[in-house]
Amino acid sequence: MAELVSLREAITRLVPDGATVALEGFTHLIPFAAGHELIRQRRRSLSLIRMTPDLIYDQLIGMGCATRLVFSWGGNPGVGSLHRFRDAIQSGWPQPLEIEEHSHADMAARYQAGASGLPFAIMRGYVGSDLPKHNPKIKSMQCPFTGETLAITPAINPDVTIIHAQKADRKGNVLIYGIIGVQKEAALAAKSVIITVEEIVDALNAPPNACVLPAWVVTCVCEVPGGAHPSYAHGYYKRDNAFYKGWDAISRDRETFLNWMNKHVLSTADFADYRRSLEPGAKQGAYV
Amino acid sequence: MSEADYSPQEIMTIAAARGLKNGTVCFVGIGLPSAAANLARLTHAPGVVLIYESGTIGAKPDVLPLSIGDSELAETADTVVSVPEIFRYWLQGGRVDVGFLGAAQIDKFANINTTVIGGSYAAPRVRLPGAGGAPEIATASKEVTIILKQSRRTFVEKLDFVTSSGYYESSQGNGRFRGRASTTVITDLGILTSVPGARELVLTSLHPGITVEQVREATGWDLRVAANLGATPRPTESELAVLRDLHARTAAAHGDSASSE
Repeated sequence: MAELVSLREAITRLVPDGATVALEGFTHLIPFAAGHELIRQRRRSLSLIRMTPDLIYDQLIGMGCATRLVFSWGGNPGVGSLHRFRDAIQSGWPQPLEIEEHSHADMAARYQAGASGLPFAIMRGYVGSDLPKHNPKIKSMQCPFTGETLAITPAINPDVTIIHAQKADRKGNVLIYGIIGVQKEAALAAKSVIITVEEIVDALNAPPNACVLPAWVVTCVCEVPGGAHPSYAHGYYKRDNAFYKGWDAISRDRETFLNWMNKHVLSTADFADYRRSLEPGAKQGAYV
Repeated sequence: MSEADYSPQEIMTIAAARGLKNGTVCFVGIGLPSAAANLARLTHAPGVVLIYESGTIGAKPDVLPLSIGDSELAETADTVVSVPEIFRYWLQGGRVDVGFLGAAQIDKFANINTTVIGGSYAAPRVRLPGAGGAPEIATASKEVTIILKQSRRTFVEKLDFVTSSGYYESSQGNGRFRGRASTTVITDLGILTSVPGARELVLTSLHPGITVEQVREATGWDLRVAANLGATPRPTESELAVLRDLHARTAAAHGDSASSE
């Protein structure tokens, strides 16, 4: 049954060094606050799983939190490269990063298999692609009914899945809407689940077919308003596209990146403090 | 009319948009593909159906999204489904007519690379974003349209990595999986098309003012040219006006001074 706790406590309790962690959210509802808390608590040797590493994993990788990355598309959407991700793969900075690379359809299928209690996912995938040559987890089998060759990959079952959602009620039932991505599957595939929410309310008032994660499949719920910034929370705030564009210059250079992370993440107490540090005229200085 | 009254991006976008019809179901990526699909929707094909891999089906954005999952897409969609559903029921299920892709490199078979350039896979000179949805979009869509600028750097004899396979003829005969009916590659110089059976791209149309020699010069293999080589019609004033207006609205919405591509 879900406990309502602070994000700091949830991370301390559920994410040890070396854990396999999925932070999901497909462009929408990316759990940045939780990513920052992992960095503040100086987690090390994490195996990170995420379809689109995005800025959140660029930050974790650049800060030396991860030794392994499972992913399917590693770019800054609409902008270009993830420079910290590239630097880790091309130059091993700040430490070597082992990668395991799939396609989107495959990652989605692997989470589904994990949520379904199945050992592997099956799909019509990777036809003619070189990816299976470099990723021994991508195998194939023949359909016993038609003889068709299909791709199979092992289920994903993270130690912890962390997602951000719009709201939870006081029992810890969580409502998520808009672009829901792969969050439900990622949550149900995990051994424990942390969900940050925009607000905790008396009643969710969710319509019958809404995407609701019942309190009894959630481990911790943490109220973190704005916790998806610079991504967005449908119904609450828009994507900070200027931040995504500005990140290109911040992350390109190692020292600029480290200074920025030090100012805005390591030197701030929590996510609310981080948000204050980005305000125009803030003592710590805004981005760009 | 001078040569310079439209940009390479503009003719690529407009040429790609012209290929879409009312009712065509398009699986759309960010950037030029998204611009082209929306241009078609705002001009000759108001009934074109846009699917983005974030799960938005029938999106009708007023401005171009910066990311594949902008709220504009969800707010204007007929329905929003999960990412596993979009890939399983809608793409793998055979409901996509045209898959729109970009690439860093392409070869004569329309195999594309979006993974690594130079070095090896384990130690690449340049690490690119990777596959995303492309390997399955490339094989499950009935047709594929690829948009990229043409040069010897991008149109290569041998890819550094095959991320997504090219012209693919289904030999599996199991009904649902059709392979893809055709491939169209739209560049800033002309249009290359798959020829069934030949498994090799053929130059089938030249953009205004471009010569076959220029296209050969920008191609890293011995390019085949169609006997009945066509001419891409010039972008019309109305096509250009609608496209520029879309970019201006997008730039204003994203808080830019320059328009996004």
